[in-house]
Amino acid sequence: MKKLFSQIARDKYLYLLALPGIIYFLLFKYVPMWGITIAFKDFSPFLGYQESPWVGWEHFIRLFSGNDFLLLLRNTLAISFLNLLFFFPLPIILSILLNEVRNQFYKKTVQSIVYLPHFLSWVIIASLTFMLLSKSEGVVNQLFVFFGLEKFDFLTNSDIFWFLLTGQSIWKEAGWGTIIFLAAIAGVNTELYEAAKIDGANRFRQIWHVTLPAIRNVIIILLILRLGDVMEVGFEQVFLMYNGAVSQVAEVFDTYVYRVGIQQGQFSYSTAVGLFKSLVGLILVVVANKMAKRFGDEGIY
Amino acid sequence: MIGKSLGDRVFDVSNLIFLGIIGIVTVFPIYYVVVVSFTDPMEYLQKDIVLFPENWSFASYNYLLSSGAFVQSLGVSTFLTVVGTAISLVITSSFAYALSRKKFKGRRFILLLVLFTILFNPGIIPNYLLVKELGLINSLWSVILVSLSNGWFVILMKGFYDSLPDTLVEAATIDGCNDFTAWIKIILPLSLPSIAAFGLFFAVQYWNQYFNALIYLNDSSKWPIQVLLQNMLIDASSSSLGDVDPLLQPPPSETLKMAAVVIAIVPILMIYPFLQKHFAKGVMIGSIKE
Repeated sequence: MKKLFSQIARDKYLYLLALPGIIYFLLFKYVPMWGITIAFKDFSPFLGYQESPWVGWEHFIRLFSGNDFLLLLRNTLAISFLNLLFFFPLPIILSILLNEVRNQFYKKTVQSIVYLPHFLSWVIIASLTFMLLSKSEGVVNQLFVFFGLEKFDFLTNSDIFWFLLTGQSIWKEAGWGTIIFLAAIAGVNTELYEAAKIDGANRFRQIWHVTLPAIRNVIIILLILRLGDVMEVGFEQVFLMYNGAVSQVAEVFDTYVYRVGIQQGQFSYSTAVGLFKSLVGLILVVVANKMAKRFGDEGIY
Repeated sequence: MIGKSLGDRVFDVSNLIFLGIIGIVTVFPIYYVVVVSFTDPMEYLQKDIVLFPENWSFASYNYLLSSGAFVQSLGVSTFLTVVGTAISLVITSSFAYALSRKKFKGRRFILLLVLFTILFNPGIIPNYLLVKELGLINSLWSVILVSLSNGWFVILMKGFYDSLPDTLVEAATIDGCNDFTAWIKIILPLSLPSIAAFGLFFAVQYWNQYFNALIYLNDSSKWPIQVLLQNMLIDASSSSLGDVDPLLQPPPSETLKMAAVVIAIVPILMIYPFLQKHFAKGVMIGSIKE
């Protein structure tokens, strides 16, 4: 013990450097974890954390027995799985095609363009979506009219709402997603391509037999981790695209917590909803990481 | 071109065309918004579609920038970005550096604590109640403090510091540096590229801040640009611009909205060329090792 104190005294500057970070993480990341206890209480802001009465599993029972639960689960999973189906393969295809471009200037230009939307906020992306797709003013509908087609209502159509979100995600993140695959492809030994060429492999066969196997591990790891993340659909994206006409397909756990908690002040119940989502997410991510570690040599942590 | 088969050439050409189309689809929405925002209001109203304006005009920009509320929100966002980024960088890099030093007692435990915050998020409400307890509702500090640092960046930065040789700091210690001065004089200058990458990531995060501002700031005079945009564009609330110069003719709401979007994108477009040099490295740093 004495030794420890003398070591800390000796390296005091080291601990001082870490102190603000430690305080920050304790206060802003761990105190809220303690705040979760109100999911098991009837929290009243007047009584505070200590005085509010315990109610056990009441809020969870209300969640699981209510009609909202299945709807929230369906919407959250549907949006996640559509992303998995349509969004996930695109960065892989895109990076393989980019890798085949011999003209460096062309390649760099396309890369710079497709990376850019990653840095735009969801507010901007939602605004762009409205400007492009709105029924009255949107340029896409104006083009439809120009070509003699019927106007189509993209924004208040609950049949296509999930696909609209997938489309936004693709536009925003597909290019950015290529970074990790391009890095993996860059690590491929070029002699493998030479050897394949000598064996008479055309470009498709080179991609199939050299490039794809080389990035197979990265693909599997990222896929497993995405599966671990299925409870996560971005709050901002869904919230900003939400409107009355699509409410049945657009309410997900996070938007529900916001509406019930922040807007209606039902703190305990909405904390319970959030806690359910986070716990399922935690389990999925931990399991996914274990699986990813089994497939590749290393997981993400 | 010797040795290239017909099949190869067909592949190359169709690949270039396909990627070109992807590029155009990506850039078109931004191009369209920029062009319409500079289109003369009369021309916009007369034509069905404007893909390239005949008459350029700054009318929408003049109108927007005469709105006190709009200019103020730009100021708020600038404040959040500059102050937030500076504090975030100092805290995250000093924390990560300390955690990378092997003589730090308990660093494995603290790293586990940091890692756990990535895996488990207590949810919106406990965070909201904490900010409320701290009396930070309606204070710009709430927006800065809740996203000041995060586990990913700490662990990525620590990975970068791990890659620097220990002997470097030891040599500095012999020359009379303590851990603090070694960090300032030796480590920080060496890590400038990584600081730049993370600084730009933080800056983008603060500039794009919407959700935290939405729930913590009720007072519309404190709205950052993203919240104002959301009100103006998506809720189409006409009052969000507040008082504007009464002598100016209001342009069509469409061109006005597009000008607002362009102004909110400009800072990103300005730092993008600098960002680009660093971000691939910034993303990869440490992620390979950890």
